[in-house]
Amino acid sequence: MSDSVDSWILKKVSFDIFFSALKSEDYKVLSPQVEDGAVTWFEASEADDLKQGFSDQQNIGSYRLNQTESDVWFSIVHGAQSLKSLTFKPRQATVKIIKTEAGISFQAEQPKAEKIAVIGARACDVAALQIQDRVFLGGAYQDEYFKANRESLLIIAVNCTHAHETCFCASMNTGPKVKAGFDIALTELKDAFIVEAGSMAGKRIVEALNLTVAPKDMSKQADRLIEHCAVSQKKRMPQQNLPQALYEKQHSEHWDDVATRCLSCANCTMVCPTCFCHAIEETPDMARQTSERVRVWDSCFNPEHGYIHGKNMRPTTADRYRMWMTHKLGSWIDQFDSSGCTGCGRCTTWCPAGIDLVEEAIAVLGEDAMEKKA
Amino acid sequence: MTSQKQRPRLAVFKLASCDGCQLSILSLEEDLLLLDQAVDIAYFPEASSRMEDGPYDITLVEGSISAPEHIEQIKNIRAQSGLLVTIGACATAGGIQALRNGADVADYVATVYAHPEYIQTLKDSTPISEHVKVDFELWGCPIDKEQVRHFLSDLLAGVEPRFPEHSLCMECKRQEHLCVLVAKGEPCLGPVTRTGCGAICPAMGRACYGCFGPAEVSFPAGREHANADALASRFSEALHLSNDEVLRRFKGINSHASAFKETAGKWQKMEENKHE
Amino acid sequence: MNTFADFHAARIMGKREETPDVWTFRLRFEAQNIADRFAFKGGQFNMVYLFGVGEVPISIMSDPDDKEGLDHTIRIVGRVTRGIEKLNVGETLGIRGPFGKGWPLEEAKGKDIVVITGGLGCAPVVGAIEYIFRRREDYGQIKILHGVKTPRDMLYKARFETWARYPDTQVLLASDQPAKAWHYHVGVVTELFDMVDITPEKTIVMMCGPEIMMQAGAKHLAARGVPPQQMYLSMERNMQCGIGLCGHCQVGPYFACKDGPVMTYDQVAPYLGI
Repeated sequence: MSDSVDSWILKKVSFDIFFSALKSEDYKVLSPQVEDGAVTWFEASEADDLKQGFSDQQNIGSYRLNQTESDVWFSIVHGAQSLKSLTFKPRQATVKIIKTEAGISFQAEQPKAEKIAVIGARACDVAALQIQDRVFLGGAYQDEYFKANRESLLIIAVNCTHAHETCFCASMNTGPKVKAGFDIALTELKDAFIVEAGSMAGKRIVEALNLTVAPKDMSKQADRLIEHCAVSQKKRMPQQNLPQALYEKQHSEHWDDVATRCLSCANCTMVCPTCFCHAIEETPDMARQTSERVRVWDSCFNPEHGYIHGKNMRPTTADRYRMWMTHKLGSWIDQFDSSGCTGCGRCTTWCPAGIDLVEEAIAVLGEDAMEKKA
Repeated sequence: MTSQKQRPRLAVFKLASCDGCQLSILSLEEDLLLLDQAVDIAYFPEASSRMEDGPYDITLVEGSISAPEHIEQIKNIRAQSGLLVTIGACATAGGIQALRNGADVADYVATVYAHPEYIQTLKDSTPISEHVKVDFELWGCPIDKEQVRHFLSDLLAGVEPRFPEHSLCMECKRQEHLCVLVAKGEPCLGPVTRTGCGAICPAMGRACYGCFGPAEVSFPAGREHANADALASRFSEALHLSNDEVLRRFKGINSHASAFKETAGKWQKMEENKHE
Repeated sequence: MNTFADFHAARIMGKREETPDVWTFRLRFEAQNIADRFAFKGGQFNMVYLFGVGEVPISIMSDPDDKEGLDHTIRIVGRVTRGIEKLNVGETLGIRGPFGKGWPLEEAKGKDIVVITGGLGCAPVVGAIEYIFRRREDYGQIKILHGVKTPRDMLYKARFETWARYPDTQVLLASDQPAKAWHYHVGVVTELFDMVDITPEKTIVMMCGPEIMMQAGAKHLAARGVPPQQMYLSMERNMQCGIGLCGHCQVGPYFACKDGPVMTYDQVAPYLGI
């Protein structure tokens, strides 16, 4: 789809026509905005709501927001939240159980979702959503809750023209230009956006806007900005001979090394846009007449993750870090035919201990895994 | 629930503590009425003037062992109790009053009281489990009312109560709060603190101060200390806290809990060496 | 289908003590349409739900052709199973399932079968053995090797003794520790391997028990020429959703609940103990 797209120009001053088009299709529009010092998915109703007024500064174990006077609208690359919390919700009620005269009865929580259009999804996160599509919808069993949220989501991506210290999407081949899985893609220039459609739904909306076709020089300028963003990324994830290379490192001494620094706090997995582990919280009422089961995000860093009666498959932080990396970068490929990593860098930015996934991967796999990459 | 006759007898005792955990039980509101139907509240001076002798089926103990008489008292309580449950940081880990442990307690007493000769106190404030066998421990300063509710509901239904022992961060991120450590440079103890409070401090933009104790796993073959050492190093290196500031983070409500105690001890030593 | 919430109430029709901490529950779905529609293969498991507490994966012990009910043999080891133990006939549990890949009962037809079990982990394979004996003529020689730490851990002793009397069947038992009434081998189960004759290419091996034992068994039999893809191991992992989505039960690239719990040595050899 995306290779035959045309590109158009949407002037910043006329951006509200885009909002009108989305509203006419009953979309609630969300965009990343700063609220109480944090970037969240904020409901936007007009173009002015999109201007972030802040820029983010991401480093290993550090995230800062700075106010900016710049006229760039999408000046924040991303916050801790990816698209994950919109589709695979941190808490999802699944079933209510009721004690009856005869025994027990079950009331399933029906999947339901509202139509949401997100403006400002980054390429890494759009790629992550496609990975979660394979996890939750690609197998014999599907997650109906994810499916409902997913199907009602319209993705308006914004291509990245600026990368952080922790970004490595270019080496994962997921960005900085959104490649697939989007409905509409925007590239921000000084006074206008280059607009591309990536799906039938996106095309329908864009065509209704009656935009002018982007002149070649503007498209080229957009491509140059994106390319500059790609080459500015210093981190590159080793990908030689995966997953096998990681399976062979199961007994590496490096797992113990990283375990001296790792807190097993699970932040990396919570902010990871593809991590899908979940557990059920069961809460009966005091009188034990009803009980509710709620699905919550879990993590392989939870010491209970590998627990089976009286035995723990992964009792130490070293075991758990090995599980996280081996799965994310390795066995994920066997399971879902793609890496579980998109290079968004959140695990590294948001690690309170300042552990850098790329550095650890290089340390485990060896420098040569890096050099041999084609 | 159980018939009137078979209702288990519940007692709530208090040693060295502030009563805050008992108040958490009282704040169960309508569920307190259900609790009153399900158990015979035989001894709970904070709630009722009716005080009956033991034995008790379920005994909740608030407070640490801090004064000489507490030692005999807890032995008596244990002898009269089927299940002994500690409620809160004091009973479970020695509490804030354990800050005196390792210091000159006579000096403290002399500073605080006009007539120190009337004060009888032990050198250390210690958790109940250092004196008698404890069946369950509820952490927190104070305990979380939802956790108490779930605990009693399970216990009364004959189900073994069990609570997650992982880090607070998981709950914090499920609620999508901003990480105050990474985004504001606050020395948050969340990454090494046991979950259970509902992430109430980070929800208000404040750093966790570890009132639920170290995130340690108690199941067989899984016991592993919270990596408080690594977090302390991070506070020093990345957040630029002084040695004194680092050790004070771990010398708080749960200073006597071993993971925090060991880390604070190391930084204390470093601080002392610096001055030598 | 919303598999997370697809629970069905099942009533306890019978409760039989196998040992002081192992019980077999006979269950029947409350709704007749569910009972009619429920079909499973030998060795599959259900998630068994206890009100207000949670779920546990339990293999289905009864015969797939038995339409009257379902048997689940439950070892009392955790908070859910301790709660289930207290339930009486007439009370209800919840069931989601069936899930997973069970024993290769079809593939094993016409072949010799070696069953290697250890410790308390033999419950999941008992159903398969019973299945085979009910269709005895479909299978070749059967050899059952079972090891326990102490004779006290010996579950289903009467069943083993019954199986030993069947034609073309060899039952070998071993206990690490001796005891007065123990008339079988004293030592570890791996010492029994040399006591059986096998025709490697026409042998299907089914193993269940501690991973270290299964690994030893598989290595020994591989050395004697049994192809790794003919050796089946029942993998025990933390299975919570049953449908390969919750992430807990991974064994290398596999999800034990969906790709297993019974997997070939060929599949799991590199990931044992991890």
